[in-house]
Amino acid sequence: MAVTERRTIYEGTRIPAPVPTSLHVPAGLADSEDILQVNFGPNHPSTHGVLRLVVDLSGERVVGLRAVIGYLHTGFEKNMEQKTWWKAITYPERIDYVSFQNNELVFVLAIEKLLGIEVPPKATWMRMLLCELNRIHSHLVFLATSALELGAISMFWYGMRERDQVLDLSELVTGMRMHTRYFQAGGLAEDVPRGFDAECRKFVEWMPKAIDEYEAMLTRNEIWLERTRGIGLLSADDAIALGQSGPVLRASGVDWDNRRDQPYLAYPNVDFRVPVYHGGDVYDRYRVRMDEMRESVRIIEQCLDAMPEGPWIADDRKVVLPPRHELHTSMESLIHHFKIVTEGYRVPEGEVYVTIESPRGELGCYVVSDGGPKPWRVKFRAPSFVALEATATCMTDSMIADMIAIVGSLDSVMGEVDR
Amino acid sequence: MPGLVERVDAYGETTLVVDPARLAEACTHLRDEGRFNFLSDITAVDYLGWGGREVAGYYGTAAGRDLGSQSAQGFARTPAPKPARFAVNYHLLQIPGGEVVRVQVWVDDGQSVPSVIEIWPTADWHEREAYDMMGIPFDGHPNLRRILMEDDWEGHPLRKDYPIGGEPVRFSGAE
Repeated sequence: MAVTERRTIYEGTRIPAPVPTSLHVPAGLADSEDILQVNFGPNHPSTHGVLRLVVDLSGERVVGLRAVIGYLHTGFEKNMEQKTWWKAITYPERIDYVSFQNNELVFVLAIEKLLGIEVPPKATWMRMLLCELNRIHSHLVFLATSALELGAISMFWYGMRERDQVLDLSELVTGMRMHTRYFQAGGLAEDVPRGFDAECRKFVEWMPKAIDEYEAMLTRNEIWLERTRGIGLLSADDAIALGQSGPVLRASGVDWDNRRDQPYLAYPNVDFRVPVYHGGDVYDRYRVRMDEMRESVRIIEQCLDAMPEGPWIADDRKVVLPPRHELHTSMESLIHHFKIVTEGYRVPEGEVYVTIESPRGELGCYVVSDGGPKPWRVKFRAPSFVALEATATCMTDSMIADMIAIVGSLDSVMGEVDR
Repeated sequence: MPGLVERVDAYGETTLVVDPARLAEACTHLRDEGRFNFLSDITAVDYLGWGGREVAGYYGTAAGRDLGSQSAQGFARTPAPKPARFAVNYHLLQIPGGEVVRVQVWVDDGQSVPSVIEIWPTADWHEREAYDMMGIPFDGHPNLRRILMEDDWEGHPLRKDYPIGGEPVRFSGAE
């Protein structure tokens, strides 16, 4: 759990002052005519969305950097305040559209914490399985796009091939490939379909071989090593000070994973390893994600083995929709159905902050309820937003060409940054 | 702890309400003595109109539902009043250790909060977001500008008195 085997990535701190998130052109260079200011983005294929970096260049060296965000701001949090708890569940998955299942989970967990509702074991295990599938999906998108940006186009096709298998499984279970709205307060929207177990086991068998293929292509690839090793350095202390989490933090040598250290769902009941590397560079961030995919496959397999029988959603008529067939025969069920769909269920007064380990790191959800049918305030602690704060520190003394690799390695999803 | 006003425990979470004037002092203490080295999040909440709406409902679980409470029988009650209009919440974490705590300060409109950017550099963008969305000024922040909205945007969109769909729409031809 501690910061294991400290290795010096660099001496002291590299966080710029006074503004920790932007590099300033050194005083001696500021008036020089050789400084060229370039707008990188907001529409550039390698920024994963609409990120704008204002870069000051001296030749090919980056001497100044400032990130400008907000191009994708759509006011999710404001919108959620206008919707009932029930309807607001559709929003979080659209915030980070690559790790949709984890975003959905954190909001549902927050509602359940306020409600004090008990979730049946089948739902817990299925949630865990889907979140791990989603982690693989997210890391595949990272791998495919970052490798593409560094010139490995075949990696993109391989990555998308397996991503499609994950989405097929998602479609099988939920009817939707992305943005599933499968998690409800109290459990799952529907039972796990027959045939899922067999299909998912095929995937579990296939995926490690696919990861071997990726590694054969990249891990010892000379060009890949040249482009990623020793690039975008971030020390353990700087990573913590800058609030970094997830693979970025673990690649800097900090052994911290919310799944193990702040357990939720049934993570204490499965066996998995938390990969930690000590280089703090782009290459180690890549390796952490590769190892995490392997661990996710192991967790999925254990979920399949342990998947309990029984109900998939809590039997609580004030929160959970009654079974469809009862609506034709039971007046009481009809009333409950009508009330939940129109007015929404009520959530006790209070404030909670729930954190989970999303593929991008610590994903937090802070929720305030006044006891009514709509949230008073919803706020997401977006790991992508925080990851971009480290751009300036990682870019210290680097070349313009490395910027693509570094921004890619922080794995920000702009939807989540801007919300 | 310096500046501590109140300690609240609810839903298994600890909230330390702190005097806004002594926030920086309290946070330095928490980081150095309490080993809360990781600032997870800063959230501002606008409580304008809180309690103006009466609420009623069935609370608790199916097994342990509190049917005896007033609100469960359909009688409305108002939520507990808040000390000021805005709350700013700081969610802290220990790595390693895993302790979590929420530091909360209460301020009125226009009243500023000391910046914690010197204590946790990650506060930079979080404070800019709170300023942008809620209009809370942070004293000592070196670069307190809007972050998600445009630089010349008017108003603070997440305030309760900012209507949804409240952005001005320019129609073509209408000068």
